[in-house]
Amino acid sequence: MRAQRLVQGNEACAHGALYAGCDFYAGYPITPSTEVMEILSLEMPARGRVFIQMEDEIASISAIIGAAWGGARSMTATSGPGFSLMQEGIGYAAITETPCVIVNCQRWGPSTGQPTKGAQGDVMQAIWGTHGDHPVIVLTASNVRDSFDMTVRAFNLAEEYRVPVILLMDEVLAHMRENIDWPEPGEIEVVQRRAPADVRSFKPFAGPEFLPFGAGARFHVTGLAHGAEGFAVSDENAARELRRMVGKVRDRVRELAMFDRFMLDDATTGIIAYGITSRPAQSAVERLRAEGTRAGLLSLKTLWPFPDHLVREVAERVETIIVPELNMGQLVREIERAAGGRCEVVPVGRVDGHLLTPDQIADAARAPREHLPGKAVHA
Amino acid sequence: MSENYRKFLRTSQLPHVWCPGCGNGMIVKALLEAIGELKLDQNKVVVVSGIGCSGRTPFVLDFNTMHTTHGRALAFATGIKLASPELRVIVIMGDGDASAIGGNHFIHACRRNLDLTALIFNNGIYGLTGGQLAPTTPTGKRSTTSQAGSIEQAFDLVRLALGAGAGFVARTTSFDHKQSASFIKRAIMHRGFGVVDILTSCPTYFGRMNDVAEPYDMVHYLRDTSSPMQDCTCAQNDAPDTELMPTGVFRDEERADYASLYRQKIAAASGGGAGKRSAS
Repeated sequence: MRAQRLVQGNEACAHGALYAGCDFYAGYPITPSTEVMEILSLEMPARGRVFIQMEDEIASISAIIGAAWGGARSMTATSGPGFSLMQEGIGYAAITETPCVIVNCQRWGPSTGQPTKGAQGDVMQAIWGTHGDHPVIVLTASNVRDSFDMTVRAFNLAEEYRVPVILLMDEVLAHMRENIDWPEPGEIEVVQRRAPADVRSFKPFAGPEFLPFGAGARFHVTGLAHGAEGFAVSDENAARELRRMVGKVRDRVRELAMFDRFMLDDATTGIIAYGITSRPAQSAVERLRAEGTRAGLLSLKTLWPFPDHLVREVAERVETIIVPELNMGQLVREIERAAGGRCEVVPVGRVDGHLLTPDQIADAARAPREHLPGKAVHA
Repeated sequence: MSENYRKFLRTSQLPHVWCPGCGNGMIVKALLEAIGELKLDQNKVVVVSGIGCSGRTPFVLDFNTMHTTHGRALAFATGIKLASPELRVIVIMGDGDASAIGGNHFIHACRRNLDLTALIFNNGIYGLTGGQLAPTTPTGKRSTTSQAGSIEQAFDLVRLALGAGAGFVARTTSFDHKQSASFIKRAIMHRGFGVVDILTSCPTYFGRMNDVAEPYDMVHYLRDTSSPMQDCTCAQNDAPDTELMPTGVFRDEERADYASLYRQKIAAASGGGAGKRSAS
């Protein structure tokens, strides 16, 4: 019989990192992500890996970027206020094409907000938080096993694409316990870092190959606009490099798109959800189906690059797309854009620190249609 | 510069960005002399910098080099060193870099005692942005954001480093080249966190704003406003209150560095009870 464990989302995330070969963790305590670092403070030294508690979140992300160039697979975990501080480092990781993983257990509101209440209010910040055009990959997790798997995938994508990968969790998922099948070694693919064929001719910013400091080549890493060898460029050369960096993620949106579809094939009412909200959304589909409404769910696991093609497919078939989010309307803007007027798009937001219920989501499909178009339904 | 040290330069990246009369080139020469004398493996030296005039140093150095964000060089270096302990990590910061925006990282790096070398190119002003007030600008001195003279007390980076627990703490000036090379060498050799506060000249901004615009005068200003102290290696010694900036080695004592302590922790964790959870 395969091993099962009753664990919380943060615990699954920490063990997902260990499974993925994370050998450097730097962090700063913050609710509701703290268990990730507490667990790793114990587990990392036990495996001969590095754990360090830094003086703040800016130092934490700086340290994981430095560690990546020291040859480590590195990660930090934080929550809203810490995530805001990390934006500087996320930009540096993006422009220096540094593989690293940032977990953000989202909590309610701006500033200190409500540290122990869940939310999905950092979606746009995760995508656009640091200044300037830049590449990042943003993932979510919707249940405890997902927290494990998506952490492993975050490491894989960081290596494959040489970008910072942000995993958005939330307070509820972070602290929720579920009994999960515990992944065996080899069960989930772990992508290894790609080393250059020839160390001597290695150019640090010319492709997915990565070489750490001290491995035989000498090169320069900078947050300034730079070419393949790391030295400053400007004008059309800077534009070319920026397009390449952003394009390496944007142009591979179909490969990057991870999602689950539930009863969508004959649906006339689509729900597009992500993260913890996918769960009440699935129950909403079941309830609506029981009432005779042909509802279906597209649950997005990759939020950025945004999978326009998946939304378009749904929009072409349904009359209405309902978008439940624990915010006042963030990803719904992308969904409206991708739907391009093919159907109506109805946001359902909840911002009192509690999860949306299945009925709150289903009510958007039950409500008289004339009240719906363009109108937000706020629980 | 003698041929010996030319191999440490990325000549393709010259000329550097520094103004005529800037003291940074003198410090770089001292650094390269120290590295040359220590016969460090060129492939295993990493030079990390922040933002500012000093931040431009690694561009021209033929090591592994990392030009990071403003104030964070030590945090990046912490990751590099812990991930790859065999690397010799030398961190170059400006005074604003190290003590204003990066002040928090600086004191914690001192406290943590990681085996890093921190060189502060201290010109008492923000040079690259055009001569603004720094935490190290002496009281009364002018800058573009303190045009009537600074009313703030300046940071004494030596005292700060001593108070925060750095194992090796020294101050010199770019005027005293031999001493600079000697202190940098000792800081690199020191096992633990080594800090050298190197007062350097900025005739373009500090000089022009404070009546020492000529590079020659600015070099003499460094000489005349500092006071050589004898090498004091005991922990109790502290920088005395004086109008002059004392130079010398203020502390040189070994205590277990972070990585050594961490290795002990790993040994205890993998041999003891901490590893009792099953492997993932």
